[in-house]
Amino acid sequence: MTVRIFIVDDHELFRSGVRSELGRDLEIVGDAGRVEEAVPAILDRTPDVVLLDVHMPAGGGRAVIEAVRPERPEVKFLALSVSDAAEDVIGIIRAGARGYVTKSISAKELSSAVQRVHDGDAVFSPRLAGFVLDAFGGEAPQPLDPELDLLSKREREVLRYIARGYTYKEVAHELHISVKTVETHVSAVLRKLQLSNRYELTRWAADRRLV
Amino acid sequence: MARTDARERAPRLERSRSERWIGGVAGGIGHHLGVQPNAVRVAFVVLSFAAGFGIVVYVLTWLLAPLEAETDGAQPAMRRIALPTPRRAFGIGFVIAGLLALLWLGGLWFEGNLAWPVVLAAIGFAVLWARGDGRWTLASLGTPLSFTRFAIGAVLILAGMAVFLVGRTSLESVGNVLVGMIVALGGAALLAGPWVWTMGRQLVEERSSRVRSEERAEMAAHLHDSVLQTLALIQRSTSPREMTSLARTQERELRAWLYGRAPELAGVRLRDAVDSMAGRIERQHQVSVEAVVVGDAEMDERLRGLVNACAEAVANAAVHSGSTAISVYVEVETETVTAFVRDQGSGFDPAAVPADRRGIADSIVGRMERHGGTATVHSQPGAGTEVVLKLPRRASS
Repeated sequence: MTVRIFIVDDHELFRSGVRSELGRDLEIVGDAGRVEEAVPAILDRTPDVVLLDVHMPAGGGRAVIEAVRPERPEVKFLALSVSDAAEDVIGIIRAGARGYVTKSISAKELSSAVQRVHDGDAVFSPRLAGFVLDAFGGEAPQPLDPELDLLSKREREVLRYIARGYTYKEVAHELHISVKTVETHVSAVLRKLQLSNRYELTRWAADRRLV
Repeated sequence: MARTDARERAPRLERSRSERWIGGVAGGIGHHLGVQPNAVRVAFVVLSFAAGFGIVVYVLTWLLAPLEAETDGAQPAMRRIALPTPRRAFGIGFVIAGLLALLWLGGLWFEGNLAWPVVLAAIGFAVLWARGDGRWTLASLGTPLSFTRFAIGAVLILAGMAVFLVGRTSLESVGNVLVGMIVALGGAALLAGPWVWTMGRQLVEERSSRVRSEERAEMAAHLHDSVLQTLALIQRSTSPREMTSLARTQERELRAWLYGRAPELAGVRLRDAVDSMAGRIERQHQVSVEAVVVGDAEMDERLRGLVNACAEAVANAAVHSGSTAISVYVEVETETVTAFVRDQGSGFDPAAVPADRRGIADSIVGRMERHGGTATVHSQPGAGTEVVLKLPRRASS
């Protein structure tokens, strides 16, 4: 069964580019250039995965996630951006996106990232892995909830490999674990990133004008 | 005091280093007016009998005139003259005292009630107008004249006038004079006040609009130098690979600019240094370099070495691996800084590298070792290459 995707991006050129690149492997059920167009269309068509631009007028990708999630919790989001600014990336993940890739990604990689998000896994680009290591780095003064506020040693190792440019498969090979285990670790990190109220994370975010 | 007429032609009034007995004042004035310093010295001595007028002028000039800029030739001369021997000092002292006594006995004494008012007014004038760099302008319009300074200057001038008047007239009329002065000042304020106020406001407005237009010009210049140039290059470029690399470089630069990382500061923090290194190699070799930095540190000589070794590793990957995407990951920990440079290209057998290939040995391994760090290369034919650079935070001496 082909994955049904919906593209939200305010650049017409980018939308048509993605359409032609992904059209072979995936079913594109629609696209939109504005937040207020995108929300009703997504609710109407219920795609499997929404490719979401972080930067858009009227609230950006975050506004779309916040409007759609309560109605259609089964729709998954993959954030796409040219921006490397940490606050954008962490912001969209905390709003509920399952992953983040930069627009310089190749069509093949994008296609497999969509597939991965559809399967319920998280997609970490090297840059996102770097941001997360930064956010959870250092000594936590007093972790309120160790389950959420700290990364395990293994998770940290996995993130380090991803930041170094290793694919999930290569990480699995290096650590002598299965790809499925790598995916489990990454998903756990994503959950922590979304749910943790770790003091360090909030302060780190506030430093970058997030929250 | 303000020799505005002489200022245009004569050299700046500054205290002399070479012609110097005490403070270099006489030498400086002589140089400034084109007169023998000794003549100036005699004038000072004579004026000193005018109720110490000469001494006051000397000290004032000493304080206000800047010291002549140092030149190599003047230095030994200065050292020789600067400190007179005690014997010589006594000699000069006795001669001056003798002259003073002689003049006083001869009745050649300037009238105190003329000298002191002039001195007071002169000091007030100097406080108001002097800028300390030898120029005499009320350019305090540009650099705000401090209230204290203005008050001191005004009080001194008024005191000078008052003393003069007191010396000439009876005490009762001083009150009238003060009233008259206050009335005159009030009138002047009413006359000139609005004009001065408008001037001041115009000045402020002019300055802020100049700042705004400078900012606009700077932005236009930046966009022209960077974005427009790149767009022009992209239009003329033929290979998609080159186009991508140009676009990525521009994207990186523009982002650094927008997020306030000024290019001139690039390299101050490790994060910026790694970013700008990545951008440079993207430009040079038309590859994409994904640089991720976790943690940050102030750049120093050793981190500079690490970044340079890193650059060499990335350039190697760009040239030899055949891969178009290279990952750089730098992690700053409390004890060590570690950098990973990885490509997914052709790879090679590190044991089979010919000895004449100095790139890795000198630029990477050698450089790291010089800074107390290590470099290791992991590679297999067909499985890409990863260079790992480790540097302890503090030099292990």
